[in-house]
Parts: sequence; C-alpha cells; structure tokens
Amino acid sequence: MSETELDLETGLLETGLLSDLRPDLRLIADMVPAGARVLDIGCGDGALLAYLAKTKGVDGRGMELSQTGVNSCVRHGLSVIQGDADHDLADYPSDGFDYVVLSQTLQATYNPLLVIETLVRIGRHAIVSFPNFGHWRIRWHLLTQGRMPVTPLLSQSWYDTPNIHFCTIKDFVALCGERGVTIQRCLSLDRFGRPYRFDPKGHLANLIAEQGLFLLSRER
Amino acid sequence: MRLHGGVLFGPFTVAYQTYGTLNAERSNAILVCHALTGDQYVAEAHPITGKPGWWSRLVGPGKVVDTDRYFVICCNVLGGCMGTTGPKDLDPATGEPWGLSFPVITIADMVRTQKLVVDHLGIESLFCVLGGSMGGMQVLQWAVSFPDAVFAAVPIATAARHSAQNIAFHEVGRQAIMADPNWHGGAYQSQGTAPARGLAVARMAAHITYLSERTLQTKFGRNLQNRGSVTYGFDADFEVESYLRHQGESFVDRFDANSYLYITRAMDYFDLAAEHDGVLANAFRATKTRFCVISFTSDWLFPTSESRSVVRALNAVAANASFVEIESDKGHDAFLLDEPEFFATLRGFLDGCARHRGLKNS
Repeated sequence: MSETELDLETGLLETGLLSDLRPDLRLIADMVPAGARVLDIGCGDGALLAYLAKTKGVDGRGMELSQTGVNSCVRHGLSVIQGDADHDLADYPSDGFDYVVLSQTLQATYNPLLVIETLVRIGRHAIVSFPNFGHWRIRWHLLTQGRMPVTPLLSQSWYDTPNIHFCTIKDFVALCGERGVTIQRCLSLDRFGRPYRFDPKGHLANLIAEQGLFLLSRER
Repeated sequence: MRLHGGVLFGPFTVAYQTYGTLNAERSNAILVCHALTGDQYVAEAHPITGKPGWWSRLVGPGKVVDTDRYFVICCNVLGGCMGTTGPKDLDPATGEPWGLSFPVITIADMVRTQKLVVDHLGIESLFCVLGGSMGGMQVLQWAVSFPDAVFAAVPIATAARHSAQNIAFHEVGRQAIMADPNWHGGAYQSQGTAPARGLAVARMAAHITYLSERTLQTKFGRNLQNRGSVTYGFDADFEVESYLRHQGESFVDRFDANSYLYITRAMDYFDLAAEHDGVLANAFRATKTRFCVISFTSDWLFPTSESRSVVRALNAVAANASFVEIESDKGHDAFLLDEPEFFATLRGFLDGCARHRGLKNS
C-alpha cells in the first residue's frame, strides 16, 4: 500500500465514519467495483462514501439534503453538495457516473418515476434500496388496526413522515418492466439489511422482505 | 501583455507577499486572491493602517490555511494601489500618473498577472486557489483559464457573473467619486488633491451591502451616538451613521479612488459564461480541479443562488465539487470573520485534497 493510501485511510478513520457501516450499505458497497465513479444521493453523514474511498479507492461524490450532513461530509474530506433527488439531478450529464446510489430515499421523493429514470440516465448502473410496503407486518397492521402502519423500520406517524411514495417490491419490479429499466441484480433484506435467500421477485419476498435492494441499468 | 480589452500593456509591477515554505516538489502552494479593497497583506499587519492582515484569522501558522504546511502567495491585483501597477502609478509614456488613461482591466487580466508570478516562483500547479467575493471570481477564472494549474479551487461568497444589482451598487460608488470636485476627471494627483469625500461615500454605500439587515439592527439598532436625544439636524445622531462615516473616512487613507473605479469595473465586466456561448458549464468542461463552493445564508450581495448556479454548472460536467452553505447572520462580510463552521469545512476540504495530492502533514 502506498503512502498516500495510508494517509487517506488514517484521515478517514479519524472521522469515525467507518466504525459501523449499516449492513445494507455494506451490500451496496459490495456491488461497486474498485475505482468506479460513484454518486451517492442522500449520502447522509457520508458513511458509504468514506467506506468506498477506504476499501475500493473510490473518489465518490455525494448529494445530501440536510446542510448539517453536507457540512460534516465536506469537513471529513468527502465531495458532497447540498441538493435532493427531485430537483438537483437534472444537470448531471448522461453516463457521468458508473454507479448512482439511492439508498432508502426513493419513497421520500416527489416524483419517484422521474428519479428512477434519471438515475439510470446519469449512471451506467443505479443501486436503489427502499422499504417494502408489502411486508406482512405492514399488511397485518393495516388489516387488524385499520390505521397507517408504524413498524420498526417505518417508525414515523403518517402526519410527520417524509415518506410520501411507498411501494411494494412487486410494484417496483413492475414499474421497472414497464419503463424499460433492466434489473441486473436484486436482493430482499430484513429490517437490519441482512439478505434473505429467496427470489426477490417472487411472492414470498414481497411478503417477508422488509427492504428491497436493486441493481439497475437502462435498456441499451 | 495583451489585455482582455485589446490594449497592449507593460511593463508592469506585481506586488506580492508569501508565507511559509515551498516544498521540494513545489506542490504545496496556495494562492489567496483578495477582494475589491483587499491587498497582499493577508496574514501580517497592514503597512498603512497597522491593522492585522485581512485574513489573519484564517491564514497563518497552525491556522486553517496553515503556513507551516502550505506555501501561501497573495498578489495585489492589477489596477490596485498597494504596489501592483495601477492608475496612480506613472505612465512611462508621459511621465504623469496614469489616471483615467490607465487601460480598463478585467478579472481575467488580474489572473494572468498572478499566473506570471506563479510561473516566476517555478510553480507548475497550485495546490489550491482560494478567495472570497472578487477573490472568488478570480478563483473561478483561474480554474477556467488555467485548469491544469489548479488542483483545488475554493470560490467563497462569489458569483460567475456580476449581477445587475451589484453593478448598480458599483455605479453609485463610482458616481460618488466622479461627483467629487476634487476628482478632476481622474487627474487629482497632478492637482495635489484627492476625491476623499466621494471615495468615502462610495465606501459607505458599499459597506452597507457587506452587512446584513440583522447585523445592523443588532449592532446599532436606533442607538444614538453619544447623546441623549436626536438633535433635529444632520449631524450623525445615530450610531450607525457614525460607524459608516468612520468606515468611509478611514478607507480613503489606504485606497486610491481611481483604483476603486477600475477594480469595480473589472467586477462588473465579469461573466464567465459569456465567453463560452453563454453556457457556464462549457467553461468547466473536462476540469479535473476539486471545487469547494461556499456561501453564507445572510449574504445578499452574493447570495447562495449565485453559488448554486456555479455548482449546477460543475455538476453538468460531472466535476468534483463540494458545496456548503454556512449559516451566518453576518452578511457578505461573513467570509472575513470568525465563522467556526466555515473554518471547519474549509479545513476538512483542504485536508482531504492534501491527502489526494499526497501532501504530508506538517
């Protein structure tokens, strides 16, 4: 390992961003090859970008809505701008990145369809994860209580949640099919982001998985 | 040197200060670009006013721009009055001060003179070009004119073009200078006078634009100046009036009125997109520079929207850009003041870039 890489590692370790990467982010990181051009939309405190920089030499970019998150990322040496998936992706050139990541954010966008189409335009690949509204606990909650579901993963009440466009895994797969978005890989995850073994496109996944994780590209 | 306006100009002098030591690889140089009324005394006492350097909060040993680690250069801009050739100097052709026969200069001209200094110092690639307000304009111009010579760029509280409102404010200032009978069509030096009243008024008007309504209100409110009640006259009854008068009066001791005309004009003419088919993104095409664009929430002279259009242009070419908006109630002047969030962000950005550049810790 060269001296520069060592310095890079030390610098990032100092930030404390690398201590506990969320398991779903870890799965996303595993999909990204070394040295890829990556844009992480809704990058939060930059945990994924820092991890990719450290483990795969990825010089990534981030976009984050909260100014506190942005400032913290930049303070830690990451390239991040303030913006959101609905308003600030239009300027990016087509195929400007190898991988565009949208983790746990799709359900909070105003126009998820446009966002998905933009992701596969500006990235040669897009990695999207979202909570599955078809999960049995959500169905059960609504069936038995007749009230908007509140689960460990979706813990906010209907009136103060940023999540305005929920979908099920089945909905998502159908939309990709209709809009010519190729699903290259997909995983069904539990609430902690640990993968299940069964086919994410099957009925069981839509009932049992709490999250879906998709690697997409546009049909070329 | 052929100026932007077409005039062949030279010879000329560029005054600059340096701090710290250039490393053996010549890879640790930071060029600081000063704002409209700044100068090269970025981190040391000003020779005329005796006040601390204008960015000494930020630049110095152990500071964010650490002179123990980086080699810092700051040049007085072309047209300035602190040693670099400007309108108060003698025109070699006539032996008289240039006055208004000094050619109109642009931000790009300023940057080209700085490039000569950087070349003279044997630096092929600057680690970083950094500056606020007009200094930020120079940073953007550097990144566009000499992309390979700029590893990182930090344009702060600035814009890629001067807005109509800002041109309007500048015009008020220039008219105040020109309306002073002591201006003599710019030839005041040969008359042994100076348009001090006009320049002071220009400074007063401009100074308001550097602050925020909130700063003025909390700092001065309607407080009266050393008196119990208003005097029903035009003396400086209010503290804010007295403050502005002081700002105006102290400015004329250190700044040349014609320089003020020329430099404000250079800012007015600044429009980076204009020479790239009106598309700002084209100016940054293929850039490898790492950008950190910074704005302040209460800055209404160079509002965040201006920084955002720079960021959008950078995004359009998938440039490596960071953008932070710093929460501050101190207006445009915030970039010169002690803003911990700003300092922390800049430090993080510079450290990150230093790692990518392979610079060793000091």
